[in-house]
Amino acid sequence: MEVFNLTIKQLHKKLLDKEISAVELTKVFLSQIDKIDKNINAFLNVFNKSAVSQAEKIDKKISQGEKVSLLAGIPMALKDNILLKGEKCTAASKILENYIAPYDATCVEKLKKAGTIFLGKTNLDEFAMGSSTENSAFKITHNPQNLECVPGGSSGGSAAAVKANECVFSLGSDTGGSIRQPAALCGTVGLKPTYGAVSRYGLVAFASSLDQIGPLAKNVEDAEIVFNLIKGKDKKDSTSIDSKSGKSFSSLKDIKIGLPEEYFQEGINPGVEKMIKDFIKKIESQGSEVIEISLPHTKYAIPCYFLVSSSEASANLSRYDGIKYGKSNMQEEELNIIDTYLKTRGHGFGNEVKRRIMLGTYALSSGYYDAYYLRAQKVRALIKQDFEKAFEKVDIILTPTSPFTAFKIGEKVENSLSMYLADVFTAPTSMAGLPALSIPCGEIENLPVGLQIIGKSFREDEIFKAASLFEKIIND
Amino acid sequence: MIIDEKEVKHIAKLARLYLEEKEIKKMGEELSLILDYFNSLKNLDVDNIKVDFDLINKQKNLPLKEITRKDIVIKGDNNEKIKELIPEKQKGFVKVKSILDKQNGSF
Repeated sequence: MEVFNLTIKQLHKKLLDKEISAVELTKVFLSQIDKIDKNINAFLNVFNKSAVSQAEKIDKKISQGEKVSLLAGIPMALKDNILLKGEKCTAASKILENYIAPYDATCVEKLKKAGTIFLGKTNLDEFAMGSSTENSAFKITHNPQNLECVPGGSSGGSAAAVKANECVFSLGSDTGGSIRQPAALCGTVGLKPTYGAVSRYGLVAFASSLDQIGPLAKNVEDAEIVFNLIKGKDKKDSTSIDSKSGKSFSSLKDIKIGLPEEYFQEGINPGVEKMIKDFIKKIESQGSEVIEISLPHTKYAIPCYFLVSSSEASANLSRYDGIKYGKSNMQEEELNIIDTYLKTRGHGFGNEVKRRIMLGTYALSSGYYDAYYLRAQKVRALIKQDFEKAFEKVDIILTPTSPFTAFKIGEKVENSLSMYLADVFTAPTSMAGLPALSIPCGEIENLPVGLQIIGKSFREDEIFKAASLFEKIIND
Repeated sequence: MIIDEKEVKHIAKLARLYLEEKEIKKMGEELSLILDYFNSLKNLDVDNIKVDFDLINKQKNLPLKEITRKDIVIKGDNNEKIKELIPEKQKGFVKVKSILDKQNGSF
């Protein structure tokens, strides 16, 4: 289908020129979902009826000559931990399987105002905890590029839906790599914005000092359009702020690139390493300055990230008590209040979520706080300093997004530690609060490889500019 | 083994998580493995490092400031929707199990 290869701007023009209607466009994607999602399992919920009625409204506006935004009539998918009023929001957890969102997330409000079409909610690792989407309580999502492989995670459904042409773009959330890693493993573009760039209001909280909502798309331009719409200060999230773009690059010659030695050491798939290095040689030959840098605390990022994020998660997830909303054992008369909490949570949460809650509770508990949580926060400061020093010398930092390509379903799920290491190249940026984009850089044995572009705080504009220059070279 | 079964039970109680007997054993093994790996953090000297909780303002080179908004009543349209989500209620209130043990007057 031709529309699958079009960018948001091209689709927008076709809608305005009445070459295609929003209803027709929406139905193309709904029928694609109907046709292939039984093999992919990207979606937890598809809005067959409401998507078409949203599109009818856009068609009416266009036919009446009303001005519509660039994203009007563009069909998209939402990760199922982002609230869309009146629809289920499960976070892929049994504990929220019947939860109906009573309000819209701020990013959803912005998308609604722009007139995007909500096709459905996508699968994820339960509460966004995981790197393969195998931790969903409901289904396992398959990588569209190879159905035997995982799509990555936790935004695996959002990445797979974009890759499989089941939507034009999607939103995911990234805490330690959950947008970038699935984008890399599926072969899409995915941005984790700077912490504070996008409002977290209406995102199911996992680790509040790390969580960010961001776009997954087929190309850099589309991702930038979506990011520019959802970013900005929101009074409902006091950590969100407005940011302005500054002077960006006009050609490859303007870009000083940092290459951190710590990202090209043992553990990385040699094919991935070669592909990224070959690409960097190519842009160097076209004028970019490449500087070897060191981020010496990189190897501590994984323990540091898991201690901080699990501690925050153990506090955030204490709200699921069976009293206010969600799955509950309140009905069992013989249970006292403590047993009601214990049973509700023991039965409602899956294994990985329980593990993280236990890890976080331990790290915060009396006697261990200094040794684990406080120490991890101090190491976090060191990781941040590494980046601050590096950015005195360079404009952007390039690394592989993931040390390996998509792995087989079932390969890592039984060994939590080996799954945790999937975030080894994405967690450091998260700890530093920095923005990073993953773009497809090529394929090894038909499996995509992602290039991670890390930028300075609130300089997503520079990342996007560099990425669009790189994208041209990669697609040539 | 960093965390034995007794410790697992203690943390599970703090976390308000019911774990089956077989889960307790497995959890202890897994957490021990994970924490053993995380102990690499102990190789670093962090005595003189200050924890930086103010991520945003530091990045913007702004001083730490309070962010507040006026405490005013705004009209919500979702009160009923929120109430519909409550598992057990009575006369419009959230129903909770009794907090005090009636028989011996303690928690």
